Amino acid sequence: MIHCRSVEFHYNSEAPRMTFPDVHCAERDQLLLLGQSGSGKTTLLHLLCGMLQPAAGEIEINGQILRQLNERELDQFRGRNFGIVFQKSHFIQSLTVLENLAMPAFLAGEKFDAAAGRALLDQLGIGHKATERPRNLSIGEQQRVGIARALIHRPAIVLADEPTSALDDESTEAVISLLEAQAAEAGATLVIVTHDQRLKDRYARRVELNPLAIRTA
Amino acid sequence: MNWLYIAWRNLGLKKLQTALSLVLLAFGVGLVSLLMLTEKQLTDTFDRNIRDIDLVLGAKGSPLQLILANVYHVDAPTGNIRLADAEKVMNHPYIASGIPLAYGDNYRGFRIVGSTPDYTAHYGAEWAKGKPFENAFEVVVGARVAETTGLQVGDEFFSAHGLQDETDVHTDKTFYVVGVLEESGSVLDQLLLCNIETIWGVHEGHGEEVALEDREITAVLLKKRNPLAVLTIPNTIRETNMQVALPSIEINRLTQNFGIGMGTLRAIALLIMCISFASIFISVYDNLLARRYELALMRTMGGSRGGLFWLLLLEGGLLSVGGAALGLIISRLGLIALAQLIEDKFRYDWNSLAVLPNEWVLAGMAIFVGLVAAAIPGISAMKLDTSRTLSESA
Repeated sequence: MIHCRSVEFHYNSEAPRMTFPDVHCAERDQLLLLGQSGSGKTTLLHLLCGMLQPAAGEIEINGQILRQLNERELDQFRGRNFGIVFQKSHFIQSLTVLENLAMPAFLAGEKFDAAAGRALLDQLGIGHKATERPRNLSIGEQQRVGIARALIHRPAIVLADEPTSALDDESTEAVISLLEAQAAEAGATLVIVTHDQRLKDRYARRVELNPLAIRTA
Repeated sequence: MNWLYIAWRNLGLKKLQTALSLVLLAFGVGLVSLLMLTEKQLTDTFDRNIRDIDLVLGAKGSPLQLILANVYHVDAPTGNIRLADAEKVMNHPYIASGIPLAYGDNYRGFRIVGSTPDYTAHYGAEWAKGKPFENAFEVVVGARVAETTGLQVGDEFFSAHGLQDETDVHTDKTFYVVGVLEESGSVLDQLLLCNIETIWGVHEGHGEEVALEDREITAVLLKKRNPLAVLTIPNTIRETNMQVALPSIEINRLTQNFGIGMGTLRAIALLIMCISFASIFISVYDNLLARRYELALMRTMGGSRGGLFWLLLLEGGLLSVGGAALGLIISRLGLIALAQLIEDKFRYDWNSLAVLPNEWVLAGMAIFVGLVAAAIPGISAMKLDTSRTLSESA
């Protein structure tokens, strides 16, 4: 499902060149990318979903080598194959919770199944908030909407960027369980990118990013 | 879900900012369009009354006054001319026809004009009731006069000397109303018409018996047969107390003088429109800055650069289309309000509320500039670095 081979990246020609360990992850697998801040976690996440282009090496997602896609195709590929859960949940503030769930389908040019959207919100215990503005929701509710939005279009891969770093132990457990369960139910591969050591022992498959991987050109 | 809906909701999220942009543009467009409408109404009214009158013959004085007094009946006449002199001009080979006018009396402020049946025919008048005047002291009443004074066919009245006041009433001569005209949108609406003998008759009774060759009229509306009339007629009457004036030239002078005021108003209106474009620009740009993360978010969900550009363009488009439409509505409300204020002198008809070609141009330009004002932040949205925006706000 995910294969990164000898990937290198630099933001510009003067910036230090970053090298990343090879990452391989099978379909429906769950993978932890662990690293301190500054280890290039976010950079790797952006590389995986094609928002950044590697300077060297190859990234293959769901059988597609990203380098072979042009920008518009990458946008579409990302929209169809990835659901991203952000550390802080951001939404289109002018739209309701349910309308925010409709965005992935709209942007992919597909029809939104509103009933499925409501069902998912119900399942996450926030069905009664469907017509609310996101900012009227509590942080915990917002995070669940964020998870719902990442899963609603049944992506092949769910990327979670620091989903737990701002949460206490109890909430961390709840959020991670929810993510795992939902990803499994949707048949999606789950990739969690974090510096949160609490998650370290939870996953058999993990890749540790080393700050020393960054070396000058 | 579509881009237009998202743009609409985004504007709704910032109601004050949106309202400010809309109001500014609406007032800018509204003011320019109101100027266009009033100008159109004025020139239409002028043109309707000037129709086929090439020259006006009257007593020496201000040519503009001659035109205003005898074509539009709004100013005092420059004086009287001798009928015998006037007939020489009317019979000039370069002149096709002439309509003599004589006046000096009024009824409740409306002018009583002595003329020939040619005068009503010239404006294509239709009779609502009754018949044309034939004999002395028979009067045909304009639509507006009938409406205001309540005069009807069969009524009798006395005239007052002069053109305005009713202090000096000629109680010895009775006028008979024989006809009422349909509204024509021309000066006839405001006049009482009779034959020229009637005007003479009113004053003869005062013991001022006038010899036939000394009989006077006020003016003659001339239609030329030969373009050279404009050059030759002034020469032939140089030695008399008469002059000829060209309505088209005098009205041009008049509207040009109006034009200074119109130009100032137009400049102010354009300034307001410029401010509104700046407001649209700021509004859309501010949205862009505040929502950079949202836009990056759309990119992560499969949105393209073009889609984001389109979204901001739609926001600007909605603002400018809304502002332009509101502006056209405001100008029409303004015109109706103006018409109520000066109802007596100025009549509008509902047809005049149709959108003028110039207004379409105005609205089109407003929308275009509004789109350009939105396109600039739109281009920034296209160039937005998704990865960096997401990292910065994380």
